[in-house]
Amino acid sequence: MSDYAAFFIEIRDGKIRNVSYETATVARNLAKESGLIPIGIAVGSGFSTDLDIFGKYGIPEVVAVDHAGFSDYSPEAYTAAVVDFIKKYNPSFFIMSASAMGKDLSPRIAARLDTELISDIIDIKLVDGKIEAVKPVFAGKARITISTNSPIQFVTLRPKVFLPSEDSATSCTVTASDFDPSSVEVRARIKEVIKGTSGKVDLTEADIIVSGGRGLQDTKNFDILEKLAEAVGGVVGASRAVVDAGWRPHADQVGQTGKTVTPGLYIAIGISGAIQHLAGMSSSKCIVAVNKDPDAPIFTIADYGIVGDLFEIVPALTEEFNKVIR
Amino acid sequence: MKTVVCVKQVPDSETKVVIPEGGLWIDDSNVNYVLNPYDEYAVEEALRIQEKLGGEIIIVSAGPGRAATAIRNALAMGANSGVHIKDDNLRMGLSVAKILAEAIKPLEPDLILLGKQAIDDDNLQVGPMIAELLNLPSVSVVSKLEITENGGTAERDIEGGKEVMEFSLPAVITAQKGLNEPRYASLKGIMMAKKKPMVEKQASDIPGGITITKMEYPPKRQEGKTFKNGVEAVPEVVRLLREEAKAI
Ligand SMILES: Cc1cc2nc3c(=O)[nH]c(=O)nc-3n(C[C@H](O)[C@H](O)[C@H](O)COP(=O)(O)OP(=O)(O)OC[C@H]3O[C@@H](n4cnc5c(N)ncnc54)[C@H](O)[C@@H]3O)c2cc1C
Repeated sequence: MSDYAAFFIEIRDGKIRNVSYETATVARNLAKESGLIPIGIAVGSGFSTDLDIFGKYGIPEVVAVDHAGFSDYSPEAYTAAVVDFIKKYNPSFFIMSASAMGKDLSPRIAARLDTELISDIIDIKLVDGKIEAVKPVFAGKARITISTNSPIQFVTLRPKVFLPSEDSATSCTVTASDFDPSSVEVRARIKEVIKGTSGKVDLTEADIIVSGGRGLQDTKNFDILEKLAEAVGGVVGASRAVVDAGWRPHADQVGQTGKTVTPGLYIAIGISGAIQHLAGMSSSKCIVAVNKDPDAPIFTIADYGIVGDLFEIVPALTEEFNKVIR
Repeated sequence: MKTVVCVKQVPDSETKVVIPEGGLWIDDSNVNYVLNPYDEYAVEEALRIQEKLGGEIIIVSAGPGRAATAIRNALAMGANSGVHIKDDNLRMGLSVAKILAEAIKPLEPDLILLGKQAIDDDNLQVGPMIAELLNLPSVSVVSKLEITENGGTAERDIEGGKEVMEFSLPAVITAQKGLNEPRYASLKGIMMAKKKPMVEKQASDIPGGITITKMEYPPKRQEGKTFKNGVEAVPEVVRLLREEAKAI
């Protein structure tokens, strides 16, 4: 049988993305429970020197597929590299993140291996050596527990749900893979990467989000939200009404047809709390709502609600945060 | 340009989820089924490509009898014909992709469009899986698409930005919100849809590989505190955020 519990290390611009420590932590815990060896696979170009950092997470070995042909993400080349690794090491478990790359890549890998995939899970447990995973369905209005009989138990983790934890440090060997992508036919490739607002953390990765709704009345009034976000160290999100009005880009939309977010703190300003908005943010750890309508549905899920005019309350919040956070 | 659009019929986004005692899926007796919203973007995009480059649009859906309505919805928007693969199993994952891929293959399309995910099982799997099964390139979660006779450019959303990808045809593309503004079916479109050709097939006997053992509601959030004194509540809320919730 297999000796390994494997996880995917996501590299962008030559750097390890934080979700990789989440997949490492889950793979390590599964390995411990089932007497396997955790092992990572990283695909990219010009990065392999940093990879021994996974020793801190109790990972003894990482396989590095380091080749100029992987400098940009390509579903076809990356699938080939990961499948090559899986065929060589034959892991019992394979853990990826449900990040943008993971969501694109994992179904291709699963189909190539003829194995099922359980996507976007929020809880995991082992029953008779098989994974039983919990995943939200209907935009979080329900959750299902699912399992598969596939020989490789393959799951993707919802980002920011499984927190990375270090472990008794081991030394981590970085093994260079000899996989060569030049044999792979690549018919879809990156031409250009457009960066969003400079340096802004993505909503799915933010710890604090300040979202604005139609109550802000105009795109220019988002200035006061930017100031509030700056005061609490957060990023600005939006409701769909705001995005459809063209006040904010679609990348900022939270909700069923936008992003699903799980920050530590979500501040909803002038958002009514339609069911499709709640779908995207109701798993936030702490929710604050500001709305002038005491019956706005957002108050039903808020930990702290303030009824009143946002144009008075937002500047006051900013001032107060600036006082207490430094 | 021959385009296949795969669609799914799903409970609409307003649905109040009701889980029957011990049930493994929702009680759908009061559910309003609609064309999956992301699939509407896919259908709309296919229509715009057809307006530019000509050709035909075939809608393919796997599902029970009622799924025919979703196909008719897409035909009413303007697609040309439909293929309904009849399947009463509640499926997700690889077996869905296999059933669809099998139906798509003989059609030999230049382009395959789907929504990025269905809003019931929220899996985001089927598009890239079909691409893999048919050995085609794919770009998923696409919010901008440019198609020419033999290739295209697509922008896909990633954390903190977008990837612009170039690809050759045939290819599989999955649609994200923002791709376009789907049109409403006109009355004439709805009338015409009834007469458009629709092929019915029985799904081949591919076993589903995913087992659901439980369905439950998300845990209830703790009762919150609402302050009615407007701006005067601000210092207290900030104090609670710091001391009680430890959120800042
Ligand atoms: C298929 C589908 C998918 C959808 N997906 C999403 C999604 O992903 N995300 C999403 O957000 N929505 C989504 N929606 C839309 C959703 O139904 C709502 O229309 C939308 O969320 C409303 O946005 P809002 O709360 O900003 O606006 P509104 O509902 O108009 O609410 C504005 C709020 O601001 C308050 N307000 C106004 N002025 C002030 C003031 N001066 N001070 C304080 N409060 C004030 C009002 O009391 C009101 O509650 C979807 C809808 C459908 C049908």
